[in-house]
Amino acid sequence: MAKRIEISGLDAFYGRTRAIADISMAVEPRQVTAFIGPSGCGKSTLLRTLNRMHELTPGGTVEGKVMLDGTDLYGAQVDPVAVRRTIGMVFQRPNPFPTMSIYDNVAAGLRLLGRTRRSQLDDVVERSLTGANLWNEVKDRLDKPGAGLSGGQQQRLCIARAIAVQPQVLLMDEPCSALDPISTLAIEDLIATLKESYTIVIVTHNMQQAARVSDVTAFFTITDAGEPGRLVEMDDTNKIFTNPSEKGTEDYITGRFG
Amino acid sequence: MTTSQTETLDHGPAGGDLPEGKDASRTGRIGDRVFRLASSGSGVLLLAIMAAIAVFLVIQALPALRANTAPFLTEKIWNPNAVPPRFGIAALAFGTVVSSLIALVIATPVAVAVALFISHYAPRRLAATLGYVVDLLAAVPSVVYGLWGAVFLVPLIMDPASWLNRNLAFLPIFNGQPVSSGKSIFTASVVLAIMILPIIAAISREVFLQVPKANEEAALALGATRWEMVRMAVLPFGRPGVISASMLGLGRALGETIAVALIVSASFEIDWNVMMPGGNSIAANIANTFQEAGATGRGALIASGLVLFVITLVVNMAARAVIARRKEYARAGA
Repeated sequence: MAKRIEISGLDAFYGRTRAIADISMAVEPRQVTAFIGPSGCGKSTLLRTLNRMHELTPGGTVEGKVMLDGTDLYGAQVDPVAVRRTIGMVFQRPNPFPTMSIYDNVAAGLRLLGRTRRSQLDDVVERSLTGANLWNEVKDRLDKPGAGLSGGQQQRLCIARAIAVQPQVLLMDEPCSALDPISTLAIEDLIATLKESYTIVIVTHNMQQAARVSDVTAFFTITDAGEPGRLVEMDDTNKIFTNPSEKGTEDYITGRFG
Repeated sequence: MTTSQTETLDHGPAGGDLPEGKDASRTGRIGDRVFRLASSGSGVLLLAIMAAIAVFLVIQALPALRANTAPFLTEKIWNPNAVPPRFGIAALAFGTVVSSLIALVIATPVAVAVALFISHYAPRRLAATLGYVVDLLAAVPSVVYGLWGAVFLVPLIMDPASWLNRNLAFLPIFNGQPVSSGKSIFTASVVLAIMILPIIAAISREVFLQVPKANEEAALALGATRWEMVRMAVLPFGRPGVISASMLGLGRALGETIAVALIVSASFEIDWNVMMPGGNSIAANIANTFQEAGATGRGALIASGLVLFVITLVVNMAARAVIARRKEYARAGA
């Protein structure tokens, strides 16, 4: 399931403004890769280029290559809808479909794939909710609205919805920034389990979180407002947080910057 | 997520430990009281006006209803000036309800499609222009639509009506062979549909624009195409709003007077063949016969108005019931 992502010479634009410039990096399967950096450094933009969500923003364009196990996601033959089906995403704020039940939220992606046999759906819904560590809390109220859960439960519901279609990569855009510490801990534990089966990329503003959950950390920065964001360095999380190679990284993680 | 729990505002004086600040808290309390009186007063006034209208209609209608020699609810003939008076609401109510329902069936899907196009498909500049045009159309007075229908659509409706009759004759409503004149309930329905379409489209568009971006992104990130995203996130979210919009349109169609009066060739029959010349509606009948109606005639027309009042009320309550059925979800999404 898990696949390797290789980014080379990637630029992303909003209209004429270049948001990120010349990003080249590799994201390894069955690992958690964290993107950290100050606000506006383009880490969320980069994340959104990986499942072609960036181009849905008005004026959003991309130049360069993103290879998923050898296939260029931006190749002429590639359908962006198909890309989004293989690369799941979890957003900053929990966003379950407000008109759907818990069950239907998890089954939404499967129904898009045309799988509608009830017994099959039942299995996947249970497996995905179990995978998202939510099954025990909601198994008796699957027909209740997903938006009636607590914030942390909603976010785990969104993770269940994303993994129900068995994506090859899971992208997480500050998945805990709207959650309390207990729910954050639950999600972080979940990430540790999920990385056994998925390639995970997580954007976070919380450096302790990056240190706790990730295997590899990439640090991005901007030199000036209006300048594009750039990759400063990428290394084992341990090394980044104890002995980074770049002065800029050290300044940032020790709080002497931004 | 509880969003619309009733919040109880504390009307009492500000916490005891606070420094005196008496003036400020007093003016605050007076402001509160004035506002409460003003708002609850308007609420009560509205209910009082509603009740007064109902009472007025009943009092005015009673003498005529007493003089009536036919059962009012089931009689089709409208002859209140005869001796003895004979009139009933059946044919009028039938024409009113059927023409409005057909109008609704024609208008709603088109209006929803227009609204979706403006909110989710059209390029931004085109969307702005189209939105403006739709708002403009909603403001056109109904007599203009009526004149257009009578002068332009009545002669033109024959061809499509014949086509419907040839191909869908197994449906009772299309069973009638359209003859010489297009002055039928069907033509009135088409004009009503065109009339209510902009209202439904304008409100639906506003509702579709309220769909949280996060929900649309969730659908797209799951690998939904644009249309699948609309079906997953936009339409379910907008459903209560579209129902409300349709009901507003239906209300306007039920009460529409002049446009229908200009088109139908007033008859007092219940005929499911809506293509046949004829048809009438409560409001159109009032407009057409009020001038030459005698005392009993006026009472009878007021009684018919009362029926229209009740029909509108029932329609609105039904719509509310439909919306409330899924309140649990609607509220969670707010």
